[in-house]
Amino acid sequence: MGYGFWIFLLSDIVMFSAFFATYAVLVDNTAGGPGGRQLFDLKNVGLETACLLLSSFTCGIASIGAQQHRGSWFYGAMTVTFLFGATFLGLEIHEFAGLVAQNAGPTRSAFLSAFFTLVGCHGLHVTVGLLWLLTMLAQVYAKGYRPDILRRMLCFSLFWHALDIIWVGLFTVVYLMGAAS
Amino acid sequence: MSESEAGRDMQILDTAPGDEPLGDAEHAEGLTGYIVGLALATLLTCVSFFIAQTTLVWTPSIPVALTVLAVAQMGVHLVFFLHITAGPDSVNNVMALAFGVLIVFLIMAGSLWIMSHLNHNMMPM
Repeated sequence: MGYGFWIFLLSDIVMFSAFFATYAVLVDNTAGGPGGRQLFDLKNVGLETACLLLSSFTCGIASIGAQQHRGSWFYGAMTVTFLFGATFLGLEIHEFAGLVAQNAGPTRSAFLSAFFTLVGCHGLHVTVGLLWLLTMLAQVYAKGYRPDILRRMLCFSLFWHALDIIWVGLFTVVYLMGAAS
Repeated sequence: MSESEAGRDMQILDTAPGDEPLGDAEHAEGLTGYIVGLALATLLTCVSFFIAQTTLVWTPSIPVALTVLAVAQMGVHLVFFLHITAGPDSVNNVMALAFGVLIVFLIMAGSLWIMSHLNHNMMPM
């Protein structure tokens, strides 16, 4: 497995842990504003989780397709992965817009600043992942299943699965614990 | 060393880092692994969402249960999606992962510990 890329992923996770720690420290500092219990909509979070988990699964199918040079598997699964990822992103943007509209934007309190930083950083990673997904489609289409292209595809699937791992921590620490407390 | 082996070694030496062909161990495992992973992850996610909203269990135990479920699900993802195994070919990856987990633990636990003490010592506002 790509050892160098694995090191990059771990460093990315260490960066996220700093954002998680910031959030956990600031979660009670709502400055008189709304807390997680009032703001979070678990139905929306459940949908986001389902989208990301299914996209992780289809990304796995796409990497099988790429390694076995099966075009229908690769292109089909990559397209489904893109659609699930884009749906996730749309749900998140919708949630953020709703929060800002009810005067709970990132400037409202330290809790909301930390919330938007942490969740927004993950959303930014998903955006980059979607762009990378499109370039992988283009590279396989233009250059075929060459070993170096397959290695890039392996790195992409690692990146996409790692995003799902970070989302597991995110929906547990931010949304579920926030709604349960 | 036979001639074909020498030829293959030359080919490996001749490529830039990242350009070498994929080893056998690097091929994605079969579909079964992904299906098992998806089923386990779905199950753990559903239990997490159920536990967070239920009134059936003792309330202070909920964060502990959620943490355990999240760690379990991360393990499922690592094994079935990222294919981190105990095999000899992923020793380096596992060591790097262990180091990463140590750093993550230090950052999270250290921050919470220090900041709770600072909060405790703050003058009441």
